[in-house]
Amino acid sequence: MKFLRNILDKIEPNFKEGGRFSFLESTYDAFATFLFVPNHTTKSGAHIRDAIDLKRTMSMVIIALVPAILFGMWNVGHQHYLSHQIVDASFFEKFWYGFLKVLPLIVVSYVTALSIEFAAAQIRRHQVNEGVLVSGMLIPLIVPPDIPLWMLSLATAFAVIIGKEVFGGTGMNVFNPALLTRAFLFFAYPQHMSGDNVWISNQGDAVTGATPLAEAAAGQDISLSSWDMFLGFMPGSVGETSTLAILLGAFFLIFTGIGSLRVMLSVFAGGYLMGLLFNLWGANEFMLMPAHYHLIVGGFAFGAVFMATDPVSASQTNTGKYIYGFLIGIIAVLIRVINPAYPEGMMLAILFMNTFAPLIDHYVVGANIKRRMKRALTQK
Amino acid sequence: MEEIVSIFIRSIFIDNMVFAYFLGMCSYLAVSKTVKTSFGLGVAVIFVLGITVPINYIIENYLLSEGALSWLHPGFAGLDLSFLTFIMFIATIASMVQLVEMFVEKFSPALYASLGIFLPLIAVNCAILGGSLFMQEREYANIVEATSFGLGSGVGFFLAIVGIAAIREKIEYSNVPPALRGLGITFIITGLMGIAFMSFLGINL
Repeated sequence: MKFLRNILDKIEPNFKEGGRFSFLESTYDAFATFLFVPNHTTKSGAHIRDAIDLKRTMSMVIIALVPAILFGMWNVGHQHYLSHQIVDASFFEKFWYGFLKVLPLIVVSYVTALSIEFAAAQIRRHQVNEGVLVSGMLIPLIVPPDIPLWMLSLATAFAVIIGKEVFGGTGMNVFNPALLTRAFLFFAYPQHMSGDNVWISNQGDAVTGATPLAEAAAGQDISLSSWDMFLGFMPGSVGETSTLAILLGAFFLIFTGIGSLRVMLSVFAGGYLMGLLFNLWGANEFMLMPAHYHLIVGGFAFGAVFMATDPVSASQTNTGKYIYGFLIGIIAVLIRVINPAYPEGMMLAILFMNTFAPLIDHYVVGANIKRRMKRALTQK
Repeated sequence: MEEIVSIFIRSIFIDNMVFAYFLGMCSYLAVSKTVKTSFGLGVAVIFVLGITVPINYIIENYLLSEGALSWLHPGFAGLDLSFLTFIMFIATIASMVQLVEMFVEKFSPALYASLGIFLPLIAVNCAILGGSLFMQEREYANIVEATSFGLGSGVGFFLAIVGIAAIREKIEYSNVPPALRGLGITFIITGLMGIAFMSFLGINL
């Protein structure tokens, strides 16, 4: 560690004002602060003291994603061998197959997102923002394993430039870049993002490859047990299948105080309530699907834990978080059940509520001001 | 009853005036700087659409379309006045907007001042005329359906303009590139909101 520090200190003058590589200052800064906690402090203005900085916060999210990533790799292989009816594939074979499938996705999304981020930081003379570390990891987890890499790269570029850089970078974007990637792919290349043939990598002929949601939308019985779906042994996007792995991440996020428990709980509550309402209505087979199934199939849990809790694009106020999360749950189940085109509608629901998060905040803050004003006036 | 609710929901989310047809963009872009004024304009649009669409429905079905005048005298059954559609619709809309304007001026002078020229300009807002023309094109079965369509379209416009106003207030201190500040970033946000609304595309109610 001492060795690294020495190198950084030695090359630092080159990147300072007047040095040979002063135009690369933010690049140096990005690496230096990534490796070592910087001792910069804010000098003026109102600010909150905290022992953790944004880079460390974002690294925590990556750690929370690890169970979902590892399980996702294994499951990609598992589903692949299952679809070829090779039942005696070992644990390691499955994991290795998935690893080779998922790693290129991660590399492509990171390279695309980071190179745009670095370029933007040089052009606009601001620091390289850390948010891209999380976005670059979330993106490969919410796409099907066999997505062509150029498509992923294009969608990532779209989301990072249009969704984030034009707003001024991390912390100022209105929409979650990872969700925009998914929505972009969804509407631009629907044949690669939906249907029965995209969710299993290099699919064999032995199985249909429909996700549980697609089966339910087609009015069939779901062929998996709820225990299987909870553990994640089903076709789907890379990282979203296992509710258990996601819950491990969720505990970590809540324990470290990074993810918002308010949002997570209210998303699950909203989804469950809407599922119960549809059970009561019961106009078709899909509506009769048990309400708790909604919470463990598709991207629901992943969206609730990692997407909806995004501190930038979610509501900022505490009351607002409950409303925001609750509406996400409701709309997600609504899109799933009544929109035959998009049974995998969780991500779209969160994107939709991203649109209205500032509005919720506006009215929550307004109501708060009004209440306190009234209190101040009555006390006089 | 189910049909009416379905038309209402459809016109808010799926056939949203702003995000699905890009109608009414001028006032949508110009008045969306603060939530307060855009709220006022949104309510005005709901009101105007909710009134003009049913009135134009009556005009269309009892005066203008072919054979519509036969209730007056059987001899008029062959008459087709539909070439008067545009001018009649516009006349209705203009008079209704006049009414709203007087109403707002009387009861909320502050809102009247902040809306400025865009209040009378509702008269030539394409979302309003578009509402009446969609009503004509889609041939709603009765006046209740037409009203629910008008109100739904208004609510859709209201949601769009209030939503983007809140976003614009939020990004006020964002470090947007100088070339994109103001309208440029608003167009980009509108496009992204359009993507978000596309999630309802394809719903059959």
